[in-house]
Amino acid sequence: MSLRVAIAEDGALLRGGLVEVLARFGHRVVVSAGDAAELLAGVAAEPVDVVVTDVRMPPTFTDEGIRAAVALRSGPDPVPVVVLSQYVERTYAAELLDSRGGVGVGYLLKDRVGDVAEFVDAVARVAGGGTVIDPDVVRQLVHQRSTPLRRLTPREVEVLGLMAEGRSNSAIARHLVVTDAAVAKHIANILAKLDLPPDGDDHRRVLAVLAYLRG
Amino acid sequence: MIRTSLQALTLPPGRFLRSAWPSRSLIYLASSLVLGLLPAVGCLLVLGYDSLGPVAVASIGVVALVAAGVGLPRFDRVRRRLVDREPRTGPVTAREMVFALVSALVLSWLDVAVAVLAALVPSVLLTAPLNPGASLWMRFAGPFAGVVAIPLLAYAVTAWAGMRAAMGGSLDAELREVKRSRARLVDVFEVERRRIERDLHDGAQQRLVALTVSLGLARLDLEPGSVAAHRVEEAHRQAKEALVELRELIRGVHPKVLSDRGLAAAVAEAADRSPVPVDVELDLPRLPEAVEVAAYFVVSEALANVAKHSRATRCWITGELRGGVLTLRVGDNGVGAADPAGGGLTGLADRVAVVDGRLALSSPPGGPTVLRVEMPCP
Repeated sequence: MSLRVAIAEDGALLRGGLVEVLARFGHRVVVSAGDAAELLAGVAAEPVDVVVTDVRMPPTFTDEGIRAAVALRSGPDPVPVVVLSQYVERTYAAELLDSRGGVGVGYLLKDRVGDVAEFVDAVARVAGGGTVIDPDVVRQLVHQRSTPLRRLTPREVEVLGLMAEGRSNSAIARHLVVTDAAVAKHIANILAKLDLPPDGDDHRRVLAVLAYLRG
Repeated sequence: MIRTSLQALTLPPGRFLRSAWPSRSLIYLASSLVLGLLPAVGCLLVLGYDSLGPVAVASIGVVALVAAGVGLPRFDRVRRRLVDREPRTGPVTAREMVFALVSALVLSWLDVAVAVLAALVPSVLLTAPLNPGASLWMRFAGPFAGVVAIPLLAYAVTAWAGMRAAMGGSLDAELREVKRSRARLVDVFEVERRRIERDLHDGAQQRLVALTVSLGLARLDLEPGSVAAHRVEEAHRQAKEALVELRELIRGVHPKVLSDRGLAAAVAEAADRSPVPVDVELDLPRLPEAVEVAAYFVVSEALANVAKHSRATRCWITGELRGGVLTLRVGDNGVGAADPAGGGLTGLADRVAVVDGRLALSSPPGGPTVLRVEMPCP
């Protein structure tokens, strides 16, 4: 399915790259903005399926993108948003996830754009209402929590990170080059160790894991 | 803020008279009596020359002079706190010793005279009605004159004490100027670091991301398993690694989260990256930029040291702002015996000193290690 995408990124080079990547997978960039104000105006004028925005943009080069994302998600007509950040910032991720909307949300390092297929896949999952969190955020959260997360094996932490990215069991299996059954076993172990309800759909699973991680 | 007695004179009269400055000034002047003991010892020596003999007099004289040279400037500094909130610190200079001697021999008597007059005049006037020797007119008018004299003398005492302290204070001017210029230098460095961070973010980092995107797209167009596909895949991997390294570098130059979200958020992020688990307990408002930057670099250096040397399994950071002073503590349950001169701590101590702060390390062998930083936040 072809998505109508709005992008906001102040670097012209990367903006061009994003347009190219999305076009390569058959999506259409209908709003291409250089800052948050332009993005909000564009989205108001043109209906879109999903927004992809940088965090740091003119005029103050601080957190314009996050504020725009929160505004877009909590407005009367919420839009799914993927926020791209140059570095993992836990407070940004928290603010974004706390913003209400009942629509998809994503928080990814800019580096992930380079893995073009996975990046476009993540954008599509968010457009479809999913939650996608960068594995680095999960790693930091896991790292800081004591028990019972420390009981997870490194492989299980890896699987947890992939779950937080909103991937299905078979997508995780493909990524780790293992069988679906092996992934199912890992996930069952993780959920048991964390005392979470066994398997819902992918989205609910991500939310449960994140809610747990954020305490 | 009022720092010295002299500055206090410019306060509105009501506030000045209710402040502690006049009484502090009086105590300051009265303490000159101790300084005045030195010439008294000299007089005694001259008078006692015949009975004690030249050797005893000479040795007592030498001992008294040495004691005076070392002790007087120190004493002078301590008592100057009464009339100068920011007295001089650091080693005693020769010029300071000479001035302290002059002050003891000559000026101290003036101080005492002013102090005695200031205390005596109002008390005589106020107690005139109880004095049988006073004239009738004096008994009647004395208390009124006393009430008027108190504020006048308060000004006189404070002015004289302020000037006396300022004489010694002129020795400090140089030191303060050096400190200010050092603070300016640190500011310049910080501005420069931010500029570099911004340039790297807008330039190299953007280009590298765009490069990984181009390489990622190129991989899609190449036949899987071909030599070209392998080459591009390798280039893609290297570009992504360069991006990770560049991010680390930028964070070391100036962490963006610090200027955007403040110290508490930046410390929490630093703690997240620490290989040793860290409990962070910080509840801080935004602080002056120089303080936030100094505090952040202290914390990240401390965390790096914990990871490198302490063999700790747990680390904690607490911080609070109380009475205008930020106090941060970084502790761990490691083996202790940390070297206060090593691990980049001396450089940090300098940085903290520029914002008038202090850095203290407690690390007995066997642990625990606690690093404490205090910084005033004006």
